[in-house]
Amino acid sequence: MSDDYEPQSTVAKWIDKRLPIITLFSGHLMQFPTPKNLNYWWTFGGILTFCLITQIITGLVLAMHYIADANLAFASVEHIMRDVNYGWLLRYIHANGASMFFIAVYLHMARSLFYGSYKEPRELIWIIGVFIFLLMIATAFMGYVLPWGQMSFWGATVITNLFSAIPFFGEAITNWLWGDYSVSGALLTRFFTLHYLMPFLIFGLVILHIWALHVPGNNNPEGIDVVKGQDTVPFHPHYVVKDVLALVVFMIVFAGFVFFSPNILGHSDNYIQANPLQTPEHIVPEWYFLPFYAILRAIPDKLGGVIAMVSAIAILAFIPWLDSSKVRSCKYRPLYRQFYWLLIADFILLGYLGSQSATGIYLILGRLATLYYFLHFILVMPLIGFIEKPKPLPKSISEPVLSKEEQLAKSGQTA
Amino acid sequence: MMKRINIFALIVTFLFTTSFAFAEGEMHAPMEPDWSFQGPLGKFDRAELQRGFQVYTEVCASCHSMDLVSYRNLVQEGGPEFSEKQAKAMAAMFEVEAGPDADGEMFMRPAILSDKFVSPWKNEQEGRISNGGAYPPDLSVMVKARSGGADYVYSLLLGYEDEAPEGVTLDDGVYYNIYAKNQKIAMPQVIYEDGVEYTDGTMATEVQMAKDVTAFLAWSAEPKLEERKRIGFKVLVYLIILSFLLYFTNKRIWRDTSH
Repeated sequence: MSDDYEPQSTVAKWIDKRLPIITLFSGHLMQFPTPKNLNYWWTFGGILTFCLITQIITGLVLAMHYIADANLAFASVEHIMRDVNYGWLLRYIHANGASMFFIAVYLHMARSLFYGSYKEPRELIWIIGVFIFLLMIATAFMGYVLPWGQMSFWGATVITNLFSAIPFFGEAITNWLWGDYSVSGALLTRFFTLHYLMPFLIFGLVILHIWALHVPGNNNPEGIDVVKGQDTVPFHPHYVVKDVLALVVFMIVFAGFVFFSPNILGHSDNYIQANPLQTPEHIVPEWYFLPFYAILRAIPDKLGGVIAMVSAIAILAFIPWLDSSKVRSCKYRPLYRQFYWLLIADFILLGYLGSQSATGIYLILGRLATLYYFLHFILVMPLIGFIEKPKPLPKSISEPVLSKEEQLAKSGQTA
Repeated sequence: MMKRINIFALIVTFLFTTSFAFAEGEMHAPMEPDWSFQGPLGKFDRAELQRGFQVYTEVCASCHSMDLVSYRNLVQEGGPEFSEKQAKAMAAMFEVEAGPDADGEMFMRPAILSDKFVSPWKNEQEGRISNGGAYPPDLSVMVKARSGGADYVYSLLLGYEDEAPEGVTLDDGVYYNIYAKNQKIAMPQVIYEDGVEYTDGTMATEVQMAKDVTAFLAWSAEPKLEERKRIGFKVLVYLIILSFLLYFTNKRIWRDTSH
């Protein structure tokens, strides 16, 4: 692929001879052979890259005006909202951008799970992805603490207190994290530092993620390997334009939040300055953490809850080996497909339960939903591969494409 | 396909239910008057904001600070839009501590446009001791700091009842308000008919005063609301046109590929 490219101008030739960066980009962003049957669920990779870059750029400018000090942070955010030119725009893009980032990453992961993109030979792409997800969680959590509102403060208190569940060293570790004997300005400054650092670590992992993707190439909705040249199209312009189209539609939703209901995804308590002496009635995390929050609270023991919550994310890294089926795409897995949708429904239910107080029926449902979440990965996934009779796979990507056209032609005749 | 749509509907419902996580059973749903600033094209009503500022100054400001708002904001586009002369005169009614001067002494001077609204209290402790231990909260972002927003603040101002129903005991300095949490609040009723004399001749009914001052607080919480919606409208139009162009470009590019 990259051999096709010949630099034309003298400058391009000069550079490419010394650092073949033009050949690299041409190979990976222009000519890269991509299966021609990718649907719109495959556009979230590009959308996520956009989200990351947007967060980094808006975050950089916000950091120029923000003051990481327990007494000044809240007012400095309001200073951004009121006095900095387009500061309100930057902050609303950044705050809603976090939500949009998570919407996109959840859909990206759901796509991968449905079409078996985590299976051989793409296991490492998936595992790097799980690490990106983990870093995203840490980054978003620390970012939410920075405005130093009531939810910032008490959210930080609840989550950092989880470390005290560690046997023997819990208290020492918690105090070390806080840099104090409670959540205070010391935590705020270190969270600011880490919140600034982590997006660049994510960026590095994203490069590895794409690098690992470009070795075997994209999976596709049929879940079968590309067998001949006519199964693929060059990335540019086919997928560049398709990805940008999807991105612009995504941006319409994004802009809808930013400009017309910028606070709907946040919590009103975070417009009250942090007050260590007054605990809010309900401490709720941001919506994108709610499923994991529900898992944390489902276990009656503090340490157990922490272990369950951490495992809920860690278990994702083992999925490539938990799934015993050789068939990638759920299109050809009639039995597992049912359980796939059950998992999605279970995850959404967990999210809803995470927003409710953990009492009565909510607690019972929370425990059942948590149980299913884990059973899905450690029992359902390994077993179904042996029980299920997959539908016959097409011989090539072009085959189902043709048969669809034949079907269309047929239905046209009958109509 | 149906399944996908169902899931999407679920996700949307889930997003919205979680963001309106009211503490059920403890509070009355607030009244919902028509606000000029609601909806995607809503704007503030200048006259309403100016009256609201008057209510804040003459009624609320004796207890509640607005630390995040400056006198210059009163002149800015998208706000009450007082003239600079008016705003300067309003600022000059207050004194702020300045200095030190050449002799090392602090001194008092009249407030100017660049000063923040002068607080009724020297510090939180003074505000607390003057109000039976309950510090009257700062009102700058109050409308965004309560679930229910402007509707809640408006309802709270009008929700007082002279006597608590039977079986409800009120401690000293606690008042009965149907919209407050557990129907109890430390702020007494402050909005009374003819509590202010509007300079524009509007009748100062309780409803009028509550609505005006709430609109003013909605502006102080979100002073860039009008600019935000104006830019947002342009952004959406631009993106929607662009998405159509891309849709047809994409179609054309894929025309010769069976997929």
